[in-house]
Amino acid sequence: MAGSDLVEVIDVDVALSGRMVLRDVNFRIDHGEFTGLIGSNGAGKTTLLRVLLGLQPVVQGRVLVHGATMTRSNSSVGYVPQKVLFESDVPVRVRDFVALGIDGHRYGLARRSRHTYELVDEMLDSVEAASFANRRIGSLSGGEQQRVLIAHALVSKPELLLLDEPLANLDPGSAQEIIQLLHSVVTKQHVAILLSAHEMNPLLPVMDRVVYVANGRVASGTTDEVVQPGVLSALYGHHVDVLRVHGRVLVVAGDHEHGEPAVADHPALVVD
Amino acid sequence: MHVLFEPGLFSNSTVRTALILGALVSVVSGAVGIFTVLRGQSFAGHALTDVATAGGAGASLAAVSPLAGFIGGGVIGAGAMDAIGVQRVKDRDVATGVVLGAATGLSALFLYLITLQTTTTGSTQSILFGSVFTVAPSTLPDALVLGGLVLVGLVAIRRPLVMSSISAELAAARGIRLRVVGIAFMVMLAVAVGLSAIVIGSILSTALLIGPPACALRVATRFSRALALSCTLGVAATWAGVVFAYDSYYWLGAGRGLPVSFFVVANVVFEFMVVSLVARRRAVAPRRDAVPAQVGWV
Repeated sequence: MAGSDLVEVIDVDVALSGRMVLRDVNFRIDHGEFTGLIGSNGAGKTTLLRVLLGLQPVVQGRVLVHGATMTRSNSSVGYVPQKVLFESDVPVRVRDFVALGIDGHRYGLARRSRHTYELVDEMLDSVEAASFANRRIGSLSGGEQQRVLIAHALVSKPELLLLDEPLANLDPGSAQEIIQLLHSVVTKQHVAILLSAHEMNPLLPVMDRVVYVANGRVASGTTDEVVQPGVLSALYGHHVDVLRVHGRVLVVAGDHEHGEPAVADHPALVVD
Repeated sequence: MHVLFEPGLFSNSTVRTALILGALVSVVSGAVGIFTVLRGQSFAGHALTDVATAGGAGASLAAVSPLAGFIGGGVIGAGAMDAIGVQRVKDRDVATGVVLGAATGLSALFLYLITLQTTTTGSTQSILFGSVFTVAPSTLPDALVLGGLVLVGLVAIRRPLVMSSISAELAAARGIRLRVVGIAFMVMLAVAVGLSAIVIGSILSTALLIGPPACALRVATRFSRALALSCTLGVAATWAGVVFAYDSYYWLGAGRGLPVSFFVVANVVFEFMVVSLVARRRAVAPRRDAVPAQVGWV
């Protein structure tokens, strides 16, 4: 249903320092959906997230949020960047850092209200970070830091949360916890999530939709629609096989002897 | 009592001016310095002291107020660094280095020209190493206004500034204009350095800018406390320096007192050593919020 989408990316091309890195990007994100942005390192996932943040200009195409053209500093989009390294000497407590998610962009002399801290504490509870609310942000472990960054991004009640490789550098246990946490955020707070990862298997149980980036192009749809040899071979420009083992998916380079590249038959496409 | 405060200390108007000016400068440097250290701009702060030196020497040649020279030089230097590029850390160091070199060369020229004009070395000494006792009382109102402006400005941009100091990427995603915040802060830094230069000299002004904030950041967990501690340590170092310098006239015989700037910087170094020891003690002692390890099968 047109018009009900939270985000629509239409025919977008992106260039970085004169080199075209993404072509013909089309996908949409619905309210309250969990979307995985899947692709190998350097495929352009971060660039695509920066486009959605309004930090990366596009060469052509349109990005619509609520049907209107994307503007910079859109408060309906929260962001958790990759590899935020908090310096250990930053004298900022977890609570204060999360509060900056509400007022960090504001200039002026005004002090914080009690209401702000109530919102912050609520948010810290919902990401299970209340127990370290008074610690310095530089003293947190990787998993704790990820929760705090999520709280910081969500406290301003955005409709869309972008996360850039939040599972990288986490042990499998912490990664599972973060995924479950995000899943409950999607359901309880009705926030749409776009999460980038180079490995899709941990996300399979929670992902409503996938945006697959490879070779400068994008295919999107449900996992079953996109993670198919035909679609992915077209995307990569050479034959790949998709193996399903115990509910997990492996995408492997195909054998040239057997598989014919299906490029001509299947241009990269939006399946849905 | 007389051991510490020699007679006439508080009835002396020069000393009074020195104490007021010293407190103001310490508070401004202490507050601006917290951000300077957090943003990793200590090197830029130091370069601005060299630019301020050139400005101060230029002011002396042109017979205008040294404060105008220090601050004018600093602001021009900050603008030059921004024009060369201060966004990426590497570019920032290059820009800082280029400006620092140019400014030091200018200082060499101006200070040489000053020696041609006058026969004493007093002017050079006071530009480089300052003497809060020789500051004209007419400078005080200007300094108060400038210092007040910096403090109000700093409070006004504190949140975007903290955000961009924690993570430039997060700040940019929130729509914070990093460039605008960065330039505003560099101007404040230049004014802080300029103010500090009239008290302890342009070369030494880094001591007040970096020392007390570095102390505060070693022990404080909250921003407001770090700010308060940084300013307090700065004021303590400056006031104690003024008292020691005044007293030194009595220790060594009239007219042979030691420079106040030496005492201020020595106090800052002393504070840094004490705080480092305290911080190390704390790091060794168990943290209060530490939970004892679970033993046995879970």
